[in-house]
Amino acid sequence: MVGILIFILLFVGGSAFFLFNAGKVRRNILLGRDIDRKDRPAERFKVMTLVALGQKKMFAKPVPAVLHLFLYAAFVITQIELIEIVVDGALGDHRIFRPSLGGFYTFMISFIEILSVLAFIGTVAFLARRNLLKVPRLVKSELNGWPKLDANLILLAEITLICFIFMMNGADEVLYSKGISHAQSLGDNSFGFSISSHLGPLLFGGMSEHALHTIERIGWWGHLTMVLGFLNYLPYSKHFHVLLAFPNVFYSNLNPFGQFTNLESVTNEVKAMMDPSFIPPPANPDQPMRFGAKEVTDLSWKQLLDAYSCTECGRCTAACPANITGKLLSPRKIMMSTRDRLEEVGKNIDTNGTFKDDGKSLLGSYITPEELWACTSCNACVEACPINIDPLSIITDMRRFIVMEESAAPAELNGMFANIENNGAPWQFPQADRLNWKNE
Amino acid sequence: MSEALNVPTMADYVAKGEVPEILFWVGCLGSFDDRAKKVTKAIVKILNYANVKFAVLGTEESCNGDPAKRAGNEFLFQMQAMGNIAVMNGYNVKKIVTGCPHCFNTLKNEYPSLGGNYEVVHHTQLLQDLLNSGRIKIEGGSFKGKKITFHDPCYLGRANGVYEAPREVMVNLDAELAEMKRSKANGLCCGAGGAQMFKEAEKGNKEVNIERTEEALALNPDVIAVGCPFCNTMMTDGVKHFNKEQSVKVLDVAELIAQANDL
Repeated sequence: MVGILIFILLFVGGSAFFLFNAGKVRRNILLGRDIDRKDRPAERFKVMTLVALGQKKMFAKPVPAVLHLFLYAAFVITQIELIEIVVDGALGDHRIFRPSLGGFYTFMISFIEILSVLAFIGTVAFLARRNLLKVPRLVKSELNGWPKLDANLILLAEITLICFIFMMNGADEVLYSKGISHAQSLGDNSFGFSISSHLGPLLFGGMSEHALHTIERIGWWGHLTMVLGFLNYLPYSKHFHVLLAFPNVFYSNLNPFGQFTNLESVTNEVKAMMDPSFIPPPANPDQPMRFGAKEVTDLSWKQLLDAYSCTECGRCTAACPANITGKLLSPRKIMMSTRDRLEEVGKNIDTNGTFKDDGKSLLGSYITPEELWACTSCNACVEACPINIDPLSIITDMRRFIVMEESAAPAELNGMFANIENNGAPWQFPQADRLNWKNE
Repeated sequence: MSEALNVPTMADYVAKGEVPEILFWVGCLGSFDDRAKKVTKAIVKILNYANVKFAVLGTEESCNGDPAKRAGNEFLFQMQAMGNIAVMNGYNVKKIVTGCPHCFNTLKNEYPSLGGNYEVVHHTQLLQDLLNSGRIKIEGGSFKGKKITFHDPCYLGRANGVYEAPREVMVNLDAELAEMKRSKANGLCCGAGGAQMFKEAEKGNKEVNIERTEEALALNPDVIAVGCPFCNTMMTDGVKHFNKEQSVKVLDVAELIAQANDL
């Protein structure tokens, strides 16, 4: 009875705290400007199925793709076992689904166990890639400090979780074979789980009944608390991507990568300039008129969702021509800075009720013009991202602010602008000479 | 080669009361850059050879606005766009071929919401069409057996998903087409996009075009093929940097076709 009470407290408390924090993340994302990404739903479901569910873009790099698939599949499938843990916990039962599901139950748990072993291999390999092999994109300077620790904590937590699963199932296998498991006996002498029916006797075979029950309970409670702990860790971590990847891909940009947005506010001004009879639509009083982005709140909610969805894998940065040639720009860092600043703005709102000026902004305090001006707008980062994050759109919006609000473009670019404006070409060639090549 | 080029303008067509099949959007580099002008002429030679009824805007053409837009100057971009759209809509333009992927991308993707709706193709796509429909044939074999590697322009490839047109055109050359490791969707930029062409590169340890040229030269090609005047400049500079300009040519796909046919 005490167990049920502790379980309910833990489960309800853990879920509620997660929802509370996830709500804050949602609030932060919705600080962004509106953008229509609800059109073409059929196409969106297709992209989500292929790219998020099907991990299509991951397979550009087959080795990490396969390792990641192990973790991903194990993560998804293990939730089935979690359902049983929750029902057992709430009812004080033990393996409640086994009697009714019979052979299918054995199959499911066996499947979960095999995936868990693969996930274990994957996790160890990922730790090695980060800490021993030092794969270049996983040891870049923007990961120093918390991001590196965050990545390792996630992997260690996953290993721990897998260990708990095998403690639980392994010890229970031994208990069941001795006829002293809390699970209802079906007259057989083994659950027949693919891994733990062998691993259990091997690890725990000679142990006392008390020790076995203790190990089984540590596994069970450990599994539950790890899941709830992990869930609550997500909003503080890059690992939120396990949930946000799906909506993030669903709301992907479906237009060609080369198509940049045409700022409507600019269109209205230009139209008014070219046609005096044009009457611009009234400005939206909720969104102050500002060209481009200086602050996270100048970005769209999709750009902010991108930032929360990024798991800092660095495929973007590894493909970035500027970064490859030693420039300061790293598309991954653009996403990390955006999230860091958004978190800071969110905390500011939590503390003060509404945002109170802290003298900082995304541009300047987190992202420097030098980073932005190194971009070639080649879209390699956008192409590389396995979950369709678009760092280039943020870079472009910040360039727009620098150019249109601050008139602070590099001098050579101001020269180029002046030429286009005066003679319709980025150099000082008169428009009247445009056809001279014909006779040269 | 000395044969005069036939380059009618839209105004010429209007004067004759005729309508061309297609508008050839030459672009700023194609109009003013010495290297790119040769590509422009190669495109015209092919169009003349294939009897394509085309026209240029000539002095009525103005920068499409791409460098301004990528640099963040949305005002200037939209001013340019609306000016160009007014001219093209005035001529009732339906179909456009561009000599530059940047013009191609802007006209195709960013003009429609400003009132400019046209069917826009890149010159490699037009070449592909002309070859497929038999309006041009590759008869000369000056590139037979030569090794060619194609450098994907970002604004043709990743930006618009056009990877096959330039390759299918070059298949007709009977040459050996070698792919760089970073090609198609994984292609590496030449370093000129995003208005970088018009400014010094930010501080780093290497120029992007050197990185890219190195990769191309590692294949020991006879020709580095390009489909963009910006890439052409960057790769040509890269080849010069490695003192390889005698043995490795940087040529646009249109030049390859024109030269193969002795146009």
